[in-house]
Amino acid sequence: MSFISRGFKGRRRTEGVAGRLPPGQYVVDGFPVLSAGPTPRTPLDRWDFSVVGQVDQARRWTWAEFLQLPAEEITRDIHCVTKWSKLDTTWKGVSVDTLLAGVETSADYVLAFCDGGYTTNLPLEDVTGGKAWIAYEYEGQPLEPEHGGPARLLVPHLYFWKSAKWVRGLELLPQDQPGFWESLGYHMYGDPWREQRYWGDE
Amino acid sequence: MVATRPRLTWRVATVREIVPETARVVSLVLDVPDWEGHRAGQHIDVRLTAEDGYQAQRSYSIASAPEEPWITITVERLEDGEVSPYLADELRPGDLLELRGPIGGWFTWHTREGGPLLLVAGGSGIAPLMAMLRHRAAHRSPVPVRLLYSSRSADDIIYRDELERLAADDPDLAVIHTLTRAQPKGWTGYRRRIDREMLNEVAWAPEERPRAFVCGPTPLVEAVATLLVDLGYDPASVKTERFGPTGG
Repeated sequence: MSFISRGFKGRRRTEGVAGRLPPGQYVVDGFPVLSAGPTPRTPLDRWDFSVVGQVDQARRWTWAEFLQLPAEEITRDIHCVTKWSKLDTTWKGVSVDTLLAGVETSADYVLAFCDGGYTTNLPLEDVTGGKAWIAYEYEGQPLEPEHGGPARLLVPHLYFWKSAKWVRGLELLPQDQPGFWESLGYHMYGDPWREQRYWGDE
Repeated sequence: MVATRPRLTWRVATVREIVPETARVVSLVLDVPDWEGHRAGQHIDVRLTAEDGYQAQRSYSIASAPEEPWITITVERLEDGEVSPYLADELRPGDLLELRGPIGGWFTWHTREGGPLLLVAGGSGIAPLMAMLRHRAAHRSPVPVRLLYSSRSADDIIYRDELERLAADDPDLAVIHTLTRAQPKGWTGYRRRIDREMLNEVAWAPEERPRAFVCGPTPLVEAVATLLVDLGYDPASVKTERFGPTGG
């Protein structure tokens, strides 16, 4: 017999979210901030974004060059491993497909690297094909530092720790290697619909 | 290899004791079968299941030391919350509670990692820092610690008596309170939000190579972490954890 919490009824907020909330998640209206350390503040004139690792030739963009790249408006639900989900968040950013256009690689994985030393790992196929962006606007405004500004990775189909804040580049790798949280107990892949929160979750 | 780590399975714990801490905060002392231990600073996930199968999960820091026989979590009742009112008001000793853990490998401390330690807490953000202080006391560790703890009023200070006791017995532990909204008569301590001047007075000098743990609401954590870096702290030595208003 499955477990019942005596006397628990819940204050459900499920109207209008049917099919949009992964298991164990609840909807928030605010935008909680989670990070492991101080918020880095890199001046834009020292900011760049690079694609390195197993590539024919490394690519690099300054902030000014980055803003010249074709940008997209993105509306997606996001799901944090700490259980909150936020629906219909709107972003503007550059598709990772755009950044990898013309790059020759035999890599299967990427490691996103960030100011402050944060990293996160993803399969290459999860950041290509219209599934991931480098976002620099949130709800029409420049992305605030607490939320990862000037730019963060946005991979909304995975738990939000994969959407690395303060991202500065992607390293293409032949093999998967754990990033920051993935070395500290969190799942290598992080699919919210399969509730892959921690090491050993299927 | 990461992929072969055992799954953090859900277990059914028994509530041994419910300790009122303040008007809005209780501690739950839990008997967890086959608990294999934790590190000070880690958390657990709690899962509630209604009769029709509806479930809600939240994370709570472990406030007890690894050396204690039971697991204690400290819960602040959030008025519009879903899980915290149940834990704070509905649960009784003897009730069962589903949980899994321990979780989190970053915001942790063991006495052998040394110090000095700067602990900065806001409100119920004291919980994981209390685990560190209790762990340190259990080892009679001489690592110097300064705790700067921001509460709204004296009545809102969680673990007040225990903190007083720990500090009274221990010249290497300093507990400094700031009360941001109301102060008792004759209060001579800080009476404002944590700011640069306060950290200048309280925090270890960066040359002492302190380890800082900051836990509380996001505005406090953001401000304190930024100020510590400004003071010269190595950003990598400042570890943060948030107790946002959406904790439910």
